[in-house]
Amino acid sequence: MIHRQTLTQLAAGLRARKVSSVELVRAFLARIEASQPALNAFISVTAEQALAEAEAADRALAAGRGGALAGVPIGHKDLFCTAGVRTTCGSRMLENFVSPYDATVVARLKAAGAVVLGKLNMDEFAMGSSNETSYFGPVRNPWNTELVPGGSSGGSAAAVAARLLPAATATDTGGSIRQPAAFCGITGIKPTYGRVSRYGMIAFASSLDQGGVLAASAEDAARMLREMAGFDPRDSTSVDAPVPDYLAGLGAPLAGVRIGLVKEFLDKGLDPECERCVREALAVFERLGASLREVSLPSIPLSVPAYYVVAPAECSSNLARYDGVRFGHRCADARDLEDLYKRSRCEGFGAEVKRRIMTGTYVLSAGYYDAYYLKAQRVRRLIAGDFERAFGEVDLLMGPTTPTAAFALGAKTADPITMYLNDIYTISANLAGVPAMSVPCGFAAGLPVGLQIIGPHFAEQRLLHAAHRYQLETDWHLRLPERFA
Amino acid sequence: MSAWETVIGLEIHAQLATRSKIFSGAATAYGAAPNSQACLVDLGYPGVLPVLNAEAVRMAVRFGLAIGARIARQSVFARKNYFYPDLPKGYQISQYELPIVAGGAIDIVLEDGSVKRIGVTRAHLEEDAGKSLHEGLGSLTGIDLNRAGTPLIEIVSEPEMRSAREAVAYMKKVHTLVRYLEICDGNMQEGSFRCDANVSVRPAGSDQFGTRAEIKNINSFRYVEKAIQYETARQIELIESGGKVVQETRLYDPDKGETRSMRSKEEANDYRYFPDPDLLPLEIEAAYIETVRAGLPELPDAKAARFVGQYGLSAYDAGVLTASRDLADYYEAVVRAVPGQPKLAANWVMGDLAAALNQEGVEIGSGRLPAEALAGLLARIADQTISGKIAKEVFEAMWAGGESADAIIEAKGLKQITDTGAIERAIEQVMAKNPAQLADYRAGKDKLFGFFVGQVMKATQGKANPAQLNELLKKKLPG
Repeated sequence: MIHRQTLTQLAAGLRARKVSSVELVRAFLARIEASQPALNAFISVTAEQALAEAEAADRALAAGRGGALAGVPIGHKDLFCTAGVRTTCGSRMLENFVSPYDATVVARLKAAGAVVLGKLNMDEFAMGSSNETSYFGPVRNPWNTELVPGGSSGGSAAAVAARLLPAATATDTGGSIRQPAAFCGITGIKPTYGRVSRYGMIAFASSLDQGGVLAASAEDAARMLREMAGFDPRDSTSVDAPVPDYLAGLGAPLAGVRIGLVKEFLDKGLDPECERCVREALAVFERLGASLREVSLPSIPLSVPAYYVVAPAECSSNLARYDGVRFGHRCADARDLEDLYKRSRCEGFGAEVKRRIMTGTYVLSAGYYDAYYLKAQRVRRLIAGDFERAFGEVDLLMGPTTPTAAFALGAKTADPITMYLNDIYTISANLAGVPAMSVPCGFAAGLPVGLQIIGPHFAEQRLLHAAHRYQLETDWHLRLPERFA
Repeated sequence: MSAWETVIGLEIHAQLATRSKIFSGAATAYGAAPNSQACLVDLGYPGVLPVLNAEAVRMAVRFGLAIGARIARQSVFARKNYFYPDLPKGYQISQYELPIVAGGAIDIVLEDGSVKRIGVTRAHLEEDAGKSLHEGLGSLTGIDLNRAGTPLIEIVSEPEMRSAREAVAYMKKVHTLVRYLEICDGNMQEGSFRCDANVSVRPAGSDQFGTRAEIKNINSFRYVEKAIQYETARQIELIESGGKVVQETRLYDPDKGETRSMRSKEEANDYRYFPDPDLLPLEIEAAYIETVRAGLPELPDAKAARFVGQYGLSAYDAGVLTASRDLADYYEAVVRAVPGQPKLAANWVMGDLAAALNQEGVEIGSGRLPAEALAGLLARIADQTISGKIAKEVFEAMWAGGESADAIIEAKGLKQITDTGAIERAIEQVMAKNPAQLADYRAGKDKLFGFFVGQVMKATQGKANPAQLNELLKKKLPG
């Protein structure tokens, strides 16, 4: 039952030559193939290439070489550009787009020796909270295939939850790592904005997008992030600060750590069962020596409206390059330039992407810019200020990741606002640029619930340590959906 | 016409002479095969990101300091959004609310010799777009993205020019300045230096601006003058015949010598500017500004003032000689080589040399006639080996054959005759041959003095020292 091992265990087994990368890759590829009809977690599976990479990793390991992740199978959310393998962004627009280059994250993981099994399904251009906007069909939740896995990194989360992979890359613009981590019962981390290079990560909203990890445990996430993080001269917004060894000192005692429970996250929308799980988790932290207090971040209720101005504004501009001229979908028999633009974009983009492009175009238009975009930027500063004040009092903030556990496919597609409200607890961390995690903390009516942990800028290590310490005390993160156990 | 006043403001686009593009590492060289100098960033590929070229920033700061402007300690790049095939990302990265350079001024010399100060509102960094190609493609349009991402500085003047001539003087001054600063090659044919002109008219004495038209993308000084003249006349005629000027963008057609409407205000794009989230605000430290300031060359106005003081030149001559750094350097090289003759040097550089260069269409910096060579000629004038007249002959031979002045003087035997006895003998012969003229002269026809000068010069093949000849003639002719 090799798939039940964590990435940490697998990496150690590979290094000790107890298992070969080829064996691992074969085993996981078989699981991917078997699961695909039920979960649809993958857009592309790169079996042949993965086996070749695994053979190379085995040779390196045999020679006593190989990076920290040598031979470990992983997958990439399908918005990380991979040279030679198509990168679709979950969109018809890029259905046949093959990037000529590797994203920095892809290149770094490759350099660490990781073997890529495929590209993971996602909401189109990362716009969605349920993975239902993918052109390649929805991903289903391994705990109950009638339910959504969350989004936009739904494929990455479902694949890790069903142990089709020990870990996968993902991105988080408003909760796209944490919400699916919560829905699928796995661990996810969205690092500080600027910690992981965005080069080669197809943009949705540039000032909010951040690459991160979905894995089975905090320790596994730390192991991945250690390879992915760091300054990249090709991303002007990446931060030139040293990356600490996220694995060093994992499991350090929590005595004296001050935890703040975010009052605004305990609103009337929060499912009582989810609240129970979160409060029980907080009790564990207290038992481990942490102190707990309630903290108010008064501007947080403004985060959803601010986000749905800033993110669409940036997306309306970021997605202008998909015009049918140089790459991506091009309509047939364009009559003239305008026809080419209109039909290529109308055909290439799905409904949610179009909705956001139109919203973004509107809020940036002359006469509306001040009322929407500038005001949203002011709200953003207020929220960042709230976090700064809170972190003057406490070391970590905690609360639920989502208001409810996973919901049914189709339940929220008719009303975008209901869908948007799913990100109500996660969006503020993106607006403030602070790092945040989701770790499994129990079950509500048989479905996983996520505990959200938020820290100040560049406190990834603090988050990972706390999460790992919690995971040493609990086994929620080790529970697997029966069908994929 | 005099009842109307023209109001002009210029937006000059100068391509910065960096080796690579403003946000990518691709080369900026002109004339490469289409799309051979466009990398993934220039092509706007999914996932790529811009990284600011520090050299472009340095050049913009140089310009700002040269015009006495404020260098913004923090400036912001913004996206200007519109769809066009030669704009790969669907937006141009520019600066909008917070440009790198704000305020500043440029002095121009008007026709009456007075100096007028033109305010510069701002100058900002931005990327150029690609080019659409139509020639040789039938009904198709080709896209060449080599130019996409080339750094530009857009220099926006205040609406303070009042005639086409003033606008041209301003544009020329900016052209001089960017070349002095070595931040732009100034090549207008290749589009490295071009402008948009905002033109309006108003009743003389009014303090309200009229509605303006913007004439886009003019790439020669002559066209700027003609386009503004045409546009001014068009607007006046329109208003005088009861019409109204509409705010619009117009294009100048050099073949027809007219401007015509491109798009009206209503059709204008809403560019939806917003700060580019891929680029952090550009922070410039005071120490950096001082380093750039310390590296500034002597600027045209300062150089011209120095030429007046140091070389005793007129303001006009000093202005001409400092119009380009190459010209000024050439002039000073000549002056150094022939000490004590700055005016002689000025006359020759601005006169015969300029004419010869102009005729051949060669730049002064080309090395066609090195400063040392011209200095060799002037030295012979200065030491009276040859006269100014003979010097022109020597100059022509130098220009044609490339030999030194001395070699030509020697070979052609052009050395000036300064031997009093020889000149006297020549005078006597001329007097003997022309008794009638001599009699007339002695009878009071003073004008014949010139005739005798000419005859003696002719007899000596122009080699007689003119001053000596004058003196001796004055002695001998009266008898």
